[in-house]
Order: sequence, then C-alpha cells, then structure tokens
Amino acid sequence: MRENILRINVKIGIRRKLFYGLLVVLAFVYLVPVYMAIITSLKDPAEINLLTSWSFPKHINFKGFSDAYALLKTNFFNSVILAFSATIISAFVGSINGYVFSKNKFKGSEIIFTLLLFGMFIPYQIILIPLFQLLKSIGLYGSLFGLILAHVIYGIPIVTLIFRNFYDQISDSIMESGRLDGAGYFGLYFRLILPLSIPGFVVVGIWQFTQIWNEFLWGITLTRKSANPITVGLAQLAGGQAVSWNIPMAGALMAALPVLIIYIFLGKYFIKGLLTGSVKE
Amino acid sequence: MAGTISRIHRRDTIKSLLIITPSVILIGVFVYGFIANTIYTSLTDWGARASLALHPVKHFIGFVNYKNLFAGFIHNRFRQDLVNMVFYSLCLLVGTITVGFLLAVLLDRSVRYESFFRTVFLYPMALSFIVTGTIWRWLLAPSGGVNLIPKLFGLPKSNFLWLSSRKTVLTFNWQDVPTILAVFILILLIYPLVKSFITQNKKRMVIYSVVSFILLSYIFIFKNILPPILPYRETHGFKLATVGILIAAVWQYSGYTMALYLAGLRGLPVSMREAAKIDGATEFQYYLRIAIPNVKPITLSAVIILSHISLKLFDLIYAMAGADNINTGHPSINMYLTTFRANQFATGAAMAVILFIVAALFIIPYMVHSHRERKIR
Repeated sequence: MRENILRINVKIGIRRKLFYGLLVVLAFVYLVPVYMAIITSLKDPAEINLLTSWSFPKHINFKGFSDAYALLKTNFFNSVILAFSATIISAFVGSINGYVFSKNKFKGSEIIFTLLLFGMFIPYQIILIPLFQLLKSIGLYGSLFGLILAHVIYGIPIVTLIFRNFYDQISDSIMESGRLDGAGYFGLYFRLILPLSIPGFVVVGIWQFTQIWNEFLWGITLTRKSANPITVGLAQLAGGQAVSWNIPMAGALMAALPVLIIYIFLGKYFIKGLLTGSVKE
Repeated sequence: MAGTISRIHRRDTIKSLLIITPSVILIGVFVYGFIANTIYTSLTDWGARASLALHPVKHFIGFVNYKNLFAGFIHNRFRQDLVNMVFYSLCLLVGTITVGFLLAVLLDRSVRYESFFRTVFLYPMALSFIVTGTIWRWLLAPSGGVNLIPKLFGLPKSNFLWLSSRKTVLTFNWQDVPTILAVFILILLIYPLVKSFITQNKKRMVIYSVVSFILLSYIFIFKNILPPILPYRETHGFKLATVGILIAAVWQYSGYTMALYLAGLRGLPVSMREAAKIDGATEFQYYLRIAIPNVKPITLSAVIILSHISLKLFDLIYAMAGADNINTGHPSINMYLTTFRANQFATGAAMAVILFIVAALFIIPYMVHSHRERKIR
C-alpha cells in the first residue's frame, strides 16, 4: 500500500518536473529575440557574422549603443514629446467623456457612444488620404503637431471606453450623497469623480503612451524627417543595407526601453487596458 | 418638486451634450467624413494629373479603379496581396488562438512563479512591430539565426529563405475565384439551411434556399455563360515567404490570447472542474468538453480583435521584409506605395476602401452585438 502511494508520488513528481521543464523551454523560446538583440548590439562590428550569430560577444563593445543614440536621438525625443503630450490631452478628454457616458446618460447617449467606438476599429488606411490632405492645407503636415492632433482625435474612442468602464464601477450612491451635499454637475466631477480617477488615468496613460510610442503608419506618412518618431527612425536605420547590425539592434532596444520599463513595472495596468477592448466586465 | 428635478435633469443633459459635442464633431469629421471622402476619392481619376496640388482636379469615373484592381492588367500584385491577406489573417488567427489557449491551459493550475511566466509570454505584445520586426529580420537571415538551429541537433543547417523565398503553394487560377467563393459560401450555408428546416423557421428557410439556389445556378450555369473576370489565366497562392512574418506575428500576439483565455478559464467556477473530476473526466477531457465551450465568448472577441490586428500587419511586414518585397505583400503596404510613392491617390483610396470593407464585415456585427448587450445591462 505504502509502496503504491510512493510510486504514485514519484510519478506525479516526474510529471511535475516535465511540466516545469516544458514551461522553462517555452519561456526560453519567447526570450530568444531579446537574447539575440542584446548579444548582437554588444558585439564589435567586425565580430558580427551570421555563422556565429548565436554566440556571446568576445569583447563587449558599447559602440552600437553610442552610434544608435547619435542616429536616433532626435527621433527618440520627438517620440517623448509626442507620446507625453498626446497622452495627457487624450486622458483628460477621455475622463470627461467617460463621466458623461457613465454617470450622466441621456436618451440617445448609448447610440452616440457606439458610433464613437466605431472609430477605434477602422483600418487607418481608410482615413489616411483626407488626413494627409487636411494637415497639408492647414499647414500642420510634416510637423509633430499634426501627429499629436491625429493621435488625440483617433484616441477618443478607446480613452472614452476605458474611462466609461472605470466610472461604471463607481457606485451611483456616492453620486447621490454628493448631490444631497449640494454638489452640481461639475462639482461632482471635480470634487468626487476626478479624485477617484487616478487608477483610470494610470490605465489610460499607459495604454495611450505605449500605443503612441509604437505607432508607425502615421509617423511615416504625416511627418518630415525632422519630426520622425522613433519607429520611423528605427525602420530607416534597419532598412539601410550598409549599417552593421549592432546599430539597429541597439536602436531596437532603445526604442523598446520605455515601453518595456512600463510593462515590467506597471504590467497590471497595461493588461487592464489590453483587456478593455475585448473582455467586457 | 418633481418639476425642479426634471429641470435640473434637463440642465444636466444640456451640459452633457456640450461636453461631448467637440468629440462627436471630431469623430464625425475625422472618421465618418473622412471615410466618405475616401470612398468618393476612390471613384475618381485623381492621381493622373496634378496629384500633389492642394486643390487637384478630379473627375468622377465610377467603379473603374475597382474594376482595374480586380480584373485589370497591371494590378496582378494587388490580387496576390489580397490572397496574402486572407492567408495572413487565417494563419494568424489559428496560430495565436491555438498557442495562446495552450499557454493558458499550462498556466491555469497552481504554477510556481506564474507571474514570471505570464510576463515572459506577454511582453512581446508591449513592443512595437518595428522593434520586433527588426530583430526577427536578423533572426531569419538566410545563413544565420534560426537556420542554424538544426546544427544544435547535429543536422545540416537549413537553407530556407524565410523572407525572400519565391515558392508558392496551394496555387489556384484567379479566374476561378468567383466559383471558389460561391462553393465556400455554399458550404457555410449547409448548417443554417438544415437547421432552419428542422426548426421550421419559414423566413430563414426561404432566404437560405434562395441564396443557395442563386449560388448553385452560378456554379452550374452562369459561370459558363458569363465572360471570365480576367481574359487570361493568372496564378496566385500561398507564398512561403510569408511564413517568417507569420511566426513573428504569432510569437508577438499569442501572449495576448493567453491573457484573454487565462482570464476566461479563471472565471469558470471551481465546482465545474470538481464535478467533472468526480464524473471521471481527465484533465484533457475537462478542457475539451467543458472549458472550451464555456470560453466561447472569449474566442469570439479574440477572433474579432485579431482579424483587426491582422489587417494592420503593415508595420511588421515593412520592418521585416521592406515595402517593396512582392512575395510578402499586403494590401495595406500596396496602398501606401500606390498613394504616397506613386501618387495614385484614387487607386490607393480604392485599396483602402477594400481593406475597410473587409474590416467592416467583422466589426459591424460585433459592434451591434455589444451595443445590444450594453443596453440590456
């Protein structure tokens, strides 16, 4: 009897080990691109060879990073300005819109909300030509301002949705007691709702920041070279044939760094934003 | 008293309207207005002359651009792009849903260091396609990276041209596309047709029967009478050069489906699992018979979101294979080249409209569905 239990335990133990072994192998597979980017970016240009692409650098050389920084500096700071300003503006737009659609519903507000949401599901090619023409005619084509404008406008649906879902979780009884204390429409918003909104702002802020930071299509079609965001800079750097591969790899890590930091430290909020559009809670 | 409340209420409604007016106008112009504008542009000849002028001269020419795209001599590449798009979307859907579900099942038990594994499987999702595309391009270089992996197992190294292979499999003739589509829709119709007869739903019986009849008469009669859409044979198929891009895309998005399914599996009541265990079901049977049917709404959301993402593969293809690679093309890339490099605005607009219609086929039913659900709550 005891032997049987022992045997079963051993069996379970082996299965457990196999199971963890599988998970570890899978984790390695998912991390391969990061490994590759790091080792290649640290190699000396002379050492970069396809046949030894998997091996560790013999001498660690940071020249890839300094070169990539020199080439992508402007793009990097363009993206910083772009992502911060567009994120901040669209977060406030989303907050006040969400307040209306969650706490001040009126006849027809649901249908307006649905019509607004449609804007986040379109392939952006369908609006690209008129957008390009419009920015040209008002003199914003090529500049960072045009790009900020585009991100704020086409961000309206998702930020409104996230804030609406967030405010739906705040109970209406809080609103009622606020009203009994004599707070009006905007009083309720500024004194009651806004102070409770910090987690909502974190989710929206993270979501918009990563989306805007990673965006490419508008960057390449609506900006001139001096205003190119980091994604465009990186694509051009990697697309050129002459560069040795330590530079694009270092550039890729540089372009990934801000979003990776956000993901690692604030991943919980990132996932919340990610699931908003798909799982209705 | 009641009067005051309704007056306050009315005043609040006016304030609400004032707040959302700017957003409504902006979305009205920049989404709906611009879509209408692009549709109009696609029906003109804009691009032939003075394409970059601020007020270009355009003439209305009807559906000529569309006709050229589907059946014109020079747009062979666009037709292959459309075929690529179908394969990209299907493979991405099947790949990410399968891999994501399996990852979710693996993590759906008390796993030690679960948050570590979850973080590792999901991090690619946070990155830009341009970043991951740049790295994958190096990994899939012909004489290095992934092609060296067989050497680890003592095998000769692979020589597959991941991004530049010209091989095409599953080839078919473009002239047969209407027939293929008709047969495909007929197969999809079999189940609802049979069901409508079983449930005796008169209206549906009529609709499905008429549609099937039209399709059948096309396949057996009209196909042979009508002229073919192209005057010559034109071969299209699945380009093997897209496999590399698909691997990168599945790697990047399987974590997303994993997160969706994990949330779904965790949401199932523990009692369900225990009941299954008592009834003698194995783990495998539990997932197959109980978990999968119960996370169906999540699968639906995943299908919608992923088919939307697959229409946006622009960035990944651009970074991995470049915009000019014919073998890995996608309508969105072609639209970019046609519009912004060749200045053929009207043709580019027609391509954008085709992409939009494909997206709308998925999105509009989904939005109607979720609108109704919101109203019920």
